[in-house]
Amino acid sequence: MFREPRERPLIYLDSAATSQKPDAVLDAMDRHYRRCNANIHRGIYAIAEEATAAYEDARRRVARFVGAASPAEVVFTRNATEAINLVAHAWARANLAAGDAVVLTEMEHHANLVPWQLLAADRGVQLRFVPVTDDGELNLDAYRCLLADGRAKLVGVAHISNVLGTVNPVAEIARIARDAGARVLVDASQSVPHLPVDVRALDADFVAFTGHKMLGPTAIGALWAKRELLDAMPPFLGGGEMIREVKLTGSKWNDVPWKFEAGTMPIAEAVGLGAAVDWLECVGMDAVWAHDQEIVAHAYKRIAEVPDVRILGPGPARRGALVAFTLGDIHAHDVATVLDAHGIAVRAGHHCAMPVHERFGVAATVRASFHCYTTHDEIEALVHGLSRAREVFV
Amino acid sequence: MSEFDDLFRENILEHYKHPRNRGTLEDPDYTYEDSNPLCGDRLRMDFRVRDGVIVETRFVGHGCSISQAAASMLSEKLEGMRLEDARRIGRGDVLDMLGIELGPVRLKCALLALKTMKAGLYGINQWPDEAEQPRP
Repeated sequence: MFREPRERPLIYLDSAATSQKPDAVLDAMDRHYRRCNANIHRGIYAIAEEATAAYEDARRRVARFVGAASPAEVVFTRNATEAINLVAHAWARANLAAGDAVVLTEMEHHANLVPWQLLAADRGVQLRFVPVTDDGELNLDAYRCLLADGRAKLVGVAHISNVLGTVNPVAEIARIARDAGARVLVDASQSVPHLPVDVRALDADFVAFTGHKMLGPTAIGALWAKRELLDAMPPFLGGGEMIREVKLTGSKWNDVPWKFEAGTMPIAEAVGLGAAVDWLECVGMDAVWAHDQEIVAHAYKRIAEVPDVRILGPGPARRGALVAFTLGDIHAHDVATVLDAHGIAVRAGHHCAMPVHERFGVAATVRASFHCYTTHDEIEALVHGLSRAREVFV
Repeated sequence: MSEFDDLFRENILEHYKHPRNRGTLEDPDYTYEDSNPLCGDRLRMDFRVRDGVIVETRFVGHGCSISQAAASMLSEKLEGMRLEDARRIGRGDVLDMLGIELGPVRLKCALLALKTMKAGLYGINQWPDEAEQPRP
C-alpha cells in the first residue's frame, strides 16, 4: 500500500480517523480530472454528460453498497458530520418543537452530539443520553425508560463507537424506537467501511457515513434516508442545482436527492468513492469484516498483555476494528510520540468523543485502529513500541 | 532532531520523573489553575511573594511529560525572581529551558505552565506570545 519513498517504513494504525486509499481510487479521480472534467447536470456537451453519468453512477454504486431501495435515497454530502447536520436542520427543525426530546448515547462522536445541542438551544428540544455500562455497552433498560414518556421524536446512535469499538445492536434499538414513535438516525461512520451494512435491515430512518474512512477520498460522504422522508423534508442549503425553477422572490425545489445538493458538488470525490465501493465489493465486505475481526482480536490480546494497559470498551469477541487504551500514568501524547519515532501512526487524545472519555474517567487515550490492509506484523511492532514507551517513561 | 530524541534529553525526563517544587502552598499569595482541554493537561500553580520577589512556587497537575517538565523547570527558575522580571519570561525562554523544538500541538503542552503563571501573577489569561504562533 505504501510505495512512496519514505525515510522509514510507515505502520499506519489510524484508519478510524481516515483510511488509506487504494490505487484504484486515486486513478479513478485522476482519470476523471484528465478526461471528463466538467460541471454536472448542466452542460450540453459530451464531457459534461460523461461527468454527470460518472457522478450519478457513483451514487448508484453507493446506494447498492448499503442496500438502499433506490439511488434517490442517497444524498451526497461532505462527510457524516454534514449528513447529520442536514437531518438536524431540514428534518428536525420541521418536525420537532419545544418539549420534544432527542435521545442520544454517552458514546457518540461530537458529530452526533453538537448538531443536536445546537437544535436544543434553538428549539427548546430536550436531549437525553443512553448510559454506557462499565463493559462499554449501551444500557438498553435505561434506553427504554428514556422513551417511556413518548416525548422522544428521534434516537441518534453510533453503529460502532469510535472509542470503545462497541458494535451497538442498532436493529434492536431501532425497533424499540419505532414502538415508541421515534425516528432513528444511525451514525455508520465506523461500520459502513468495515462490515456489510444493509440500511433496510437496520430499519433506521437516516444513516450517515463518510467516504474517507472507507478507502475513498475526503470531502465526500452520504446520507441515506427513506424516500418519503426526503420528499417531505424542506431543503438544507440553498443555491444552484437544488432548484427546479427560480424567480426573484421564490423557487420550486428539485426532486430528491438533488434537492439537498446545492452548488457544485465534489464530483471527482464522488467518482473516487464509487471506485472505493467497487474495490471493497471486489474484496467482499464479509472478507473485510472477517479480517478486521481477526486483527482486532489479536491486537486486543497482545495490547492487553502489556503491563499497566487498560483497554476501554468490550472484549475482543465482537468489536469494531480499533482498540483505545491507556498505558499506566503515561500520557497518550507521550506514548504516541515514542510510537511515531518507531514509524507507527496512532491517534492520541479524545478522538472527538470527550463525553465517553469522561464516562471512563480518563482525559485521553491512545487509539490503534485497523483496516483490511493491517497485518499481524504491524500489531507486533505496536506492542514492541509500547514496551519502549514503558522503558522511557516508567 | 525528532521529538523522540528530544524526549530522551535527560533534563526533560529527569524533571518529569523527579519534579521540583511539586505540591501546594498553604495560604498562597497567588494561585491559579488552568488546563489544555485538547490534551487533558491540568496544572495548578501556587506562589508566595515577599517584597516583590517570588520566594516560593509549587505546582500540581497531570499531563504529558513536556507539560509537567516545563512546570517543574519554570518553578525552579521563578524562585528568587522579581515580579517585574518574571513577567518578561516568554515563549522562547521556556523552549530554551526545555531545549527542544515542538510542533503546534505539543507547543501548548510546553507553554501551559507559563500561561498558568502569567494568569496567576498578572491576570494575563492568554497563550503566551499568541501573535507569534503560527495559525492553523
